[in-house]
Amino acid sequence: MSKIYWPLYEVFVRNKQGLSHRHVGSLHAADEQMALENARDVYTRRSEGCSIWVVKASEITASQPEDRGEFFDPADTKIYRHPTFYTLPDGIEHM
Amino acid sequence: MAFYTRHLGDNSLVLSQRLCAWCGFAPELEIDLALANIGLDLLGQARNLLAYSASLTDSALDEDALAYGRDERQFTNLLLVEQPNGDFSDTLMRQYLMDAWHLPLYQGLVASSDPGLAAIAAKAVKEVRYHLRFSRGWLVRLGNGTALSNQKMQQALDRLWRFSGEMFSSAPEEQALVDQGVIPATQHIEAQWQQEVRQGIADAGLVLPDSAPYRTGGKQGLHTEHLGPLLAEMQYLQRVYPGQQW
Repeated sequence: MSKIYWPLYEVFVRNKQGLSHRHVGSLHAADEQMALENARDVYTRRSEGCSIWVVKASEITASQPEDRGEFFDPADTKIYRHPTFYTLPDGIEHM
Repeated sequence: MAFYTRHLGDNSLVLSQRLCAWCGFAPELEIDLALANIGLDLLGQARNLLAYSASLTDSALDEDALAYGRDERQFTNLLLVEQPNGDFSDTLMRQYLMDAWHLPLYQGLVASSDPGLAAIAAKAVKEVRYHLRFSRGWLVRLGNGTALSNQKMQQALDRLWRFSGEMFSSAPEEQALVDQGVIPATQHIEAQWQQEVRQGIADAGLVLPDSAPYRTGGKQGLHTEHLGPLLAEMQYLQRVYPGQQW
């Protein structure tokens, strides 16, 4: 079989206790349905009650490493821009 | 009852052994993992069923003795599951015909009046539902794929069809189990199987074969020429070193 008709899919999985979908890897599949089934076999090892997202890799736009400067650096010297001076009340979870 | 659970266990065991032979040889990495997954599901079912069957007999048998200590005349699996893997289309068609039978069977067994069997079925039904989804998806995909893939699927169907009738030939002693509510009635399963397979084959753009001369005998221990070599390989270690443990 040739890979020509088997585009790359990125796989995001939220496990049972998880709060959000995490990127776990990629795989090849002929269509979305097959991508879901493959993801379930390759990445979840049938842990019940998890949610899977598959996205065609071509749908993803990534930030460029050479843009790091203007994307991420400017705030580094301005500590007042980071919410680090708050104390969290007890009982707040998942922060 | 012990015979019936052993028959179900043999089905899963032999089919699992067949699927394991794909390991590392499947057409794609993802399919390789999927087939191994299904094989392991079936092996788990086989273990449950054979262990349960062994517990119903008074002998010192256990699941290992049943799996590795019997020859082909003592195996009671359907002839369908022992058929060679052939190519991917043969394996898929065999899987589809089997999954379409397994699902209504286990769904019926979930309501069994026998708690042990009902528990095994409840676990198996989740797995089998996925197996059917997998094999049906591929059936439809390949049936509607290229002219070649359609032709291959049709040939696989024509080759395997004669083994499909055996699923619905129940042994006389099974009627008593049906009456006690232990196992679902064959007619009921056959109706659901027919419905699924007719729809699936139609969705795949394939043609159902005219009723073939059906092959039966698996349940009576009368197998095709394929089971003997499969067992020789599977049981090699126990035959050379009987009772070997590690």
